[in-house]
Amino acid sequence: MDAILLQILNGLDKGGAYALIALGLTLVFGTLGVVNFAHGALFMLGAFCSVTFQKLLTISKQVKDTSITFFDAYKEMPYLEIWFGDYGKTIIDWSVPLSILFAIPVMLLIGLAMERGLIRHFYKRTHAEQILVTFGLAIVLQEIIKLSFGANPIPTPAPEIFSGTAPIGALFGLGESVVYPWWRLIYLGFAFSVIGSVFAFLNLTTFGMVVRAGMMDRETVGLLGINVERRFTIVFGLAAVVTGLAGVMYSPILPPDYHMGMDFLVLSFVVVVVGGMGSLGGAVAAGFLLGILQSFASMNEIKSIIPGIDQIIIYLVAVFIILVRPRGLFGREGVMED
Amino acid sequence: MTIPSFKKDMFVMLIFSAVILTMPMWLKPLGAGYPDLLQKFAIFGIFAVGYNILFGLTGYLSFGHAAFLGVGSYTAVWSFKLLTMNVLPAILFSVVLSGIVAAIIGFISLRRSGIYFSILTLAFAQMFYNMAYSVLTPVTNGETGLQLARTDPRIIDNMLSEAGAGLPSPGLFGIQMSGYSGFYFCAVLLIIAFFISQRIFHSPFGMKLQAIKSNQTRMKYTGYNTRPYLLTAFVISGMYAGLAGALMATTDPLAGAERMQWTASGEVVLMTILGGVGTLIGPLLGVGIIKYFENIFSALNEQALLAAYSFMPDWLAKMMVTITSPFVGEGWHLTLGALFVIIVVFLPGGIMEGLGKIKNLFRKRPPDPVEKTLVEGQIQEEKA
Repeated sequence: MDAILLQILNGLDKGGAYALIALGLTLVFGTLGVVNFAHGALFMLGAFCSVTFQKLLTISKQVKDTSITFFDAYKEMPYLEIWFGDYGKTIIDWSVPLSILFAIPVMLLIGLAMERGLIRHFYKRTHAEQILVTFGLAIVLQEIIKLSFGANPIPTPAPEIFSGTAPIGALFGLGESVVYPWWRLIYLGFAFSVIGSVFAFLNLTTFGMVVRAGMMDRETVGLLGINVERRFTIVFGLAAVVTGLAGVMYSPILPPDYHMGMDFLVLSFVVVVVGGMGSLGGAVAAGFLLGILQSFASMNEIKSIIPGIDQIIIYLVAVFIILVRPRGLFGREGVMED
Repeated sequence: MTIPSFKKDMFVMLIFSAVILTMPMWLKPLGAGYPDLLQKFAIFGIFAVGYNILFGLTGYLSFGHAAFLGVGSYTAVWSFKLLTMNVLPAILFSVVLSGIVAAIIGFISLRRSGIYFSILTLAFAQMFYNMAYSVLTPVTNGETGLQLARTDPRIIDNMLSEAGAGLPSPGLFGIQMSGYSGFYFCAVLLIIAFFISQRIFHSPFGMKLQAIKSNQTRMKYTGYNTRPYLLTAFVISGMYAGLAGALMATTDPLAGAERMQWTASGEVVLMTILGGVGTLIGPLLGVGIIKYFENIFSALNEQALLAAYSFMPDWLAKMMVTITSPFVGEGWHLTLGALFVIIVVFLPGGIMEGLGKIKNLFRKRPPDPVEKTLVEGQIQEEKA
């Protein structure tokens, strides 16, 4: 029982990341009809927003180290610490959560620039061409990051108070062995709140209503005198922000490096396909579902029956779904059935 | 569309063979006349020509061809280890096995088209890649990569002669597969591969594949079951990839899983697009350009750039170095990615389309009105 609960929890945080990325991807596909292979790169850029912010906060100068009295010793000290003392230290410690504030405008700008600059010209072209051009764009973005930050993963630690594990088992009376890292718990909560706000935005505001109507029937909405294209541009920016935030918060779990986007891209496509192309709820559900499935498959009991299943389970599920039910688990009837 | 006469095809083949076989000579002044690079040209040429049979003719965008390349490599190295260092059986086994794997993957993936096909092949390629690192480590030797060892059984070789002292290297009846002999071996195979691809392009089978690309539904209504044709094209291009993988293992007997990663499939897509999808010679042009510039660009550094700009005033040269240095050396992939985006945006038909446009500029007579309306009609149909 404990083991099962632990696996579900383990799957949830990975599932949270999958769900967030897939949500952005399917939002773009559902509205613009564009298959965006640069979406993984957006996730990576988000993670590097947190790296950049951390670097900005820790800009430092050399000061004299007063604790050493035998000779003149110097140490690096961040300006924030010099100016604000202990408060500065706390700010630096909290750099990852704070970089959300930094990442939102940056990712929005990147998203808008990408859509206006490149993607917009590919609405009418085939899916294959969209895949190719966004794949090229992903390579460019990835190489720019590699040039400016180097090829090695950069550690971005979470705030110190979240470094331990949460005694979940003790809280629910399930045994002391069920513990869970605090940061992953926070990631899960964060994922839920972002997903919740995206859905609220789409379902409760007028803007969201127009977007949903545009997803259903773009032409009619356009005929009613609404500039659908502009709204869709904003939706692309929104998708970039959602994906970027997923990357920001994931950076303490996986130190960002330049090719993390490509690693997540294939997975997120698989998630979108399983959930159903263009279905938002499907993407979220499939994200969590596949995350949990993957963590169950990596249990030793299951690995001893079918060796190596943990590496391929997600792809097997995807192949099965595409063959048996191509519109995905929650896809609308008639959308992308072939 | 008309099929060129057999005589014309043979003429093209003759010129093609001559160009390929004299590559060491005419590439020398360009600084690319050494065997390692020439082998790469030939091997990736085979890979791209094969990929073009699927993507160029049928329009099915596969992201899984690196898996067949990997299967070919591993099979070849195992053949070296277990049977003989002769390359012929290794190539034979590789082509057959990758053909079988392609048949299985193709049979499943071709049930869907468009983006679903791409994702299915991507999923299979990732499965192979992940398994090469986990379950299949006894076969693939995991991250170290599969290598030859002195203690390998090599049954046939050891029956015929005593094992030598050093580590044997792959050969063709005593001809070593390194240096120029290796290149000529690959070049001959490339010419054969190109010949087969030309025959396919100009056969009724190739025409059917092109018909599938332009309108599959209409093709089905005329009574053709398209799937067997697609599967045949898929298997053939998988076998080409297997052959390329085997040749990689032949010229350098080491097989690693990294050549099965899906971005490696992306590379062959890139080459094909750059040269010109669906044209016979285009993919080879793409391979030549990418591999040549990869070689030149990755070797450049700031000193070399500074020397290149030495004719300019000092400040201008320094500025140019700062601007261009991110694009060379380590940053070669950045150039490649940017070039790729530009090509897809402005020249979807690749270099071949660009050449055609230039040719049209110099053409004296205005385009034939009937042909013109036909072409415009086709463009509109594609847009719809």
